[in-house]
Amino acid sequence: MINYIWAIFIIIGIIYGILTNNFEIINKEILESSKTTLDLILKLFPMIALWTGIMNIAKESGLLQKFSNLISPLLRKLFPEIPKNHESLGYIASNVVINMFGLGNAATPFGLKAMKSLQELNKDKSTASRSMITFLVLNTSGLTIIPTTVISLRMAYNSSNPTEIVITSLIATVCSTIAGLIADRIFAKRNR
Amino acid sequence: MNIISNLIIPLLVLIVVVYGIIKKINVYDVFVSGAKEGLEIGFSLFPYLLGMILGINILIKSDFLNLVFGIFKPAFNFIKIPVEILPLAFLRPISGSASLSVLSNLLETFGPDSFIGRVSSTIQGSTDTTIYILTLYFGSIGIKKIRYALKAGLIADLVGIIVSIIIVLIIF
Repeated sequence: MINYIWAIFIIIGIIYGILTNNFEIINKEILESSKTTLDLILKLFPMIALWTGIMNIAKESGLLQKFSNLISPLLRKLFPEIPKNHESLGYIASNVVINMFGLGNAATPFGLKAMKSLQELNKDKSTASRSMITFLVLNTSGLTIIPTTVISLRMAYNSSNPTEIVITSLIATVCSTIAGLIADRIFAKRNR
Repeated sequence: MNIISNLIIPLLVLIVVVYGIIKKINVYDVFVSGAKEGLEIGFSLFPYLLGMILGINILIKSDFLNLVFGIFKPAFNFIKIPVEILPLAFLRPISGSASLSVLSNLLETFGPDSFIGRVSSTIQGSTDTTIYILTLYFGSIGIKKIRYALKAGLIADLVGIIVSIIIVLIIF
């Protein structure tokens, strides 16, 4: 599916760009995309290295294990395929908790570690496992209690009450997470 | 609010290091070997991100989306939902930075305390960039077949966007 979406984006973009005489911008965009990517990676990977370093301490000391035990009853229901006490539960727990505080960039390294450790349990290394997809849905539905970026943006534009959207966001994010998890369950059953 | 989000990371680091010392871990050595691993993860992401950025930026820069949203305008006017939020709803699952710049535009044009301002803030605050996370997470471990992951993620986003509109209509 992602192959088709990718192709459609490119095909439509280029053809429409040519038809509307916009191809100069498209040309520039194609040539600059690798630099844009490198800039993004350069922004991302120091953060990733920092947190994989910190988390390595938490892992070796057993803190990650303790932490995941706290919310593991809930996680075990969501991830029935992960064996009890597996380290991936600790990474998933950290990722979810940090995301809840609206610190998406800080949560990403934990998410990457979680995927890596889920891959160890995965039988077919090129195909996504059920646990990986459930974890992805948890992430993409954006379970956030405090959307820090949005609040600061609203402050920048002189909102009379920048945090008034916390409640509406919370309700929307809970609904979307539940919907995502239900969809995940239904597709998982159908794909078995 | 700001105090909490500014405190969580320092406290987390503090707890991790103190707990490591208590458990007699060589905290510095362990940190360095972990960071080294992070470096490898970071660079293995490049080809996946490059592909995604190439596709998305071509589409966005071609201005095709504005044509599509123009077509939907009458239908949206009919149900009294401002068509201005459509680009955000479409871009939110695709790119975090693109949707953030759209949100910033909307807040500037309509004001953060307007209906459009509230709905767009709620959409941005309640969902995350599905396709970005998908590319990043699966890319980092070399997954090629993503099965139903995209479908499930997009359903979550769609519900999030619809609920955002409804809930702002109800609460404000």
